[in-house]
Amino acid sequence: MCGIFGVMDRRRQMMDGSGIRQALSMMNERGSGEGAGYVAYGIYPEYQDCYALHVFFDNAHDGRAVVDAMLEAWGTIEHDEAIPTYDQPNLRATCTTPWRYFFVPDPSLAPGSASPERDVITNLVMQINTGVPGAQVVSSGMNVGVFKASGWPEDVANFYRIEDYEGYLWLAHNRYTTNNPGRWEQPDPFNLHDWSVVENGKVTSYGTNRRYIESFGYTCSLETDSELITYVIDLLVRRHGLDIDLAIRAIAPPYWKDIDMMPEAEADLNRALRLAYGSAAMNGPYTVLAANPDMMVGFTDRGKLRPMVVGECGDRLYIASEEAAIRAMEPGVESITMPAAGEPVIGRVAP
Amino acid sequence: MNNNIGSIPLRYRVTIDRDRCMECERCIENCSYGVFRRDGDRILINSRKCTACHRCLAYCPRDAISLEEYPCDYRNHPVWTRQTREDIYNQARTGKIILAGMGSVSNLPVIFDHLMLDASQVTTPPTDPLREPVELRTYLGKKPSRLELRRNPGGDVELATPLAPNLMLETPIMLGHMSYGAISLNAQISMARAAKETGTYMGTGEGGLHAGLYPYQDRMIVQVASGRFGVNIDYLERGAAIEIKLGQGAKPGIGGHLTGEKVSKDVSRTRMIPEGSDAISPAPHHDIYSTEDLSQLVRSIKEATEWKKPVFAKIAAVNNTAENVAAVARASVDAVVIDGFRGGTGAAPKVFRDHVGIPLEVAIASADRELSLQGLRNEVSLIACGSIRESADVVKAIALGADAVYIGTAALVAMGCRVCGNCYQGLCPWGIATQRPDLVQRLDPDVASKQVANLIRAWTMEITELMGAAGINSIESLRGNRDRLRGYMLDENLLRVLDVKSVGA
Repeated sequence: MCGIFGVMDRRRQMMDGSGIRQALSMMNERGSGEGAGYVAYGIYPEYQDCYALHVFFDNAHDGRAVVDAMLEAWGTIEHDEAIPTYDQPNLRATCTTPWRYFFVPDPSLAPGSASPERDVITNLVMQINTGVPGAQVVSSGMNVGVFKASGWPEDVANFYRIEDYEGYLWLAHNRYTTNNPGRWEQPDPFNLHDWSVVENGKVTSYGTNRRYIESFGYTCSLETDSELITYVIDLLVRRHGLDIDLAIRAIAPPYWKDIDMMPEAEADLNRALRLAYGSAAMNGPYTVLAANPDMMVGFTDRGKLRPMVVGECGDRLYIASEEAAIRAMEPGVESITMPAAGEPVIGRVAP
Repeated sequence: MNNNIGSIPLRYRVTIDRDRCMECERCIENCSYGVFRRDGDRILINSRKCTACHRCLAYCPRDAISLEEYPCDYRNHPVWTRQTREDIYNQARTGKIILAGMGSVSNLPVIFDHLMLDASQVTTPPTDPLREPVELRTYLGKKPSRLELRRNPGGDVELATPLAPNLMLETPIMLGHMSYGAISLNAQISMARAAKETGTYMGTGEGGLHAGLYPYQDRMIVQVASGRFGVNIDYLERGAAIEIKLGQGAKPGIGGHLTGEKVSKDVSRTRMIPEGSDAISPAPHHDIYSTEDLSQLVRSIKEATEWKKPVFAKIAAVNNTAENVAAVARASVDAVVIDGFRGGTGAAPKVFRDHVGIPLEVAIASADRELSLQGLRNEVSLIACGSIRESADVVKAIALGADAVYIGTAALVAMGCRVCGNCYQGLCPWGIATQRPDLVQRLDPDVASKQVANLIRAWTMEITELMGAAGINSIESLRGNRDRLRGYMLDENLLRVLDVKSVGA
């Protein structure tokens, strides 16, 4: 189960979080009231040159002092503060303080890298999430932030007053919980600098994929699919330079019988993708929504064992588990389509 | 009597139910070990010659023959077992190394039997292989670790990375290396036909390639072992791939051993050695004393075959397998074969067969881990062999990190072999491990090839069902997927080495 929802405005026109909240709660049938989350791009224009680090601090530990020191060693903290929250009686209580840093990494600390700032951020996230007790970085990109907790989508939205944030691209997740119901960092979205992911599914190839991605220096600390998918996309797109459509094809490749029937050059390319990235290919049921500052993509496993509905209206592209969610936010939606298995949806923001 | 030991108690006792026997003499005809003979109006039995090959039982039309193992007890003793005592008698008498056939008989736990497979229930649905595709296609060889792509003027993406040659298998089961000499030509032809029919490959072993196998050469992996028997450019060019044998699980650290009894005229021609001579290949390759040397040999072979064929290297599973595999992976090799300590053999010193090496399961898991850690996993495919007994073993080996497996003994059993372990005598009454023409002709390739192909097909279907039940529709998602295994009654250290969780975890 799980319900996922994404909306993108091609011309970067801002949407506040209220419509997304409404759309997500339309799919409460798909959740269990123990986890929900939102991610929005474009919410921190005043700090758009900083990496916004959203960190959950467990109040039982002194994680903040450790994280402060680490960040200061790896760059400059421009500003930090508690993320404003508003108590909700129905949220599953923890002693978590959501905090945010606006941080500028020092690129000279990742010499030889083509994207040194992101390498510094990647390292920091891995080090904090696996090595600092009581601290979890839940998002780490520029002008983007993840807001999540254990509860129904409405309560999580109200806790952060999600309607106070304005973004041009939103992803949201209504969690049907099967493990760790109390951990606020557990629900999707998962984020690593540019990329955010929400998923409805459960990959059966987790062990293979995890071993593969960890050999490139990523560490899977949450054991959720969305964490894994985020790292795989980051590896394929940022570090291996694949276009997003090819990265998706590596993750959800065509069947051999279809490759065998392709024209030669196309078959060669697809065969090479399966040979090179067989360990990155994901199996089992899933629909994935992923976003970075420039695009929103949706794709399913090649058998399409989980639903994916696409809506379009003016400059807006919607992708969701259910049509009802899209209509909750956009009653006048102009087109609704259901892409075939293995057919990705790629929406790009105008440059 | 020229020794003070006397005769050792019978290993087997053969008896004939005289009421059932119709004295057709099929037992006499069939037994190549000479257990039965006619004396006047009676069929006499010499149980001492029996190997429990079951040929007489299988061909007795009246089910009149029965066989009993260890009909005579020793005084029971937990340390001085029957086997230790009998080995001492044997060596006291001969002063020789004890030779044995087939795989290890040591009574150690089989790790495969303590690994349980997973199935999907609620959070993920199982896949139904009768209704949806489940892909077993496997490519063996070097894979690029990343791709260079370019856009052509039309905007299409084209591949700029040249792909190294790979073998394409329709099932992850291959037929392992058993040489002409160790087994008969009919046995090799039967397996070669089965390989062709089921879309897989077969190893030649170190005995060269007999002309009778040329029709199947595109399905043959030709082996280059330390004795270089039968190796010339024609041999290398005929194979679909070339495998350098550096070690063997049944006898790590020593070379191959073909007893002279089995070196017939035809075997001698194919191997390029004198008829009737023992063929003992050296322990090391005398041109490989370091990994650089291996790399040079691999490149020489590739150069000779114009870089068109993948080159495999086979090593025995020993303590530092991970390090050995990492070394081989850097030597331009396309696939590493790891042969576990239970691997079969035509003939090996018993002390090696039963004491040297480590279990295949552990070797595969640590090799896969080390290759991944060093970023070399795409450089080589991993092939597991040495006691793969059933389809579940194949699935478990792949989940521990193998790309494919070789089966040896299982294929022989499919042709009728009873695992009596007397291969080295050259008298195999099933026509498999012998060169005696009258015995060889007992094995009809038309029949035996069907049996081997049936076995591969049956296992392939079972693998498909097991994968479907686990919600996996493509074999690369099973490879190295330890999450889908659980260890049952394995100790914590072993679980850590295998990187497998305990049942219930």
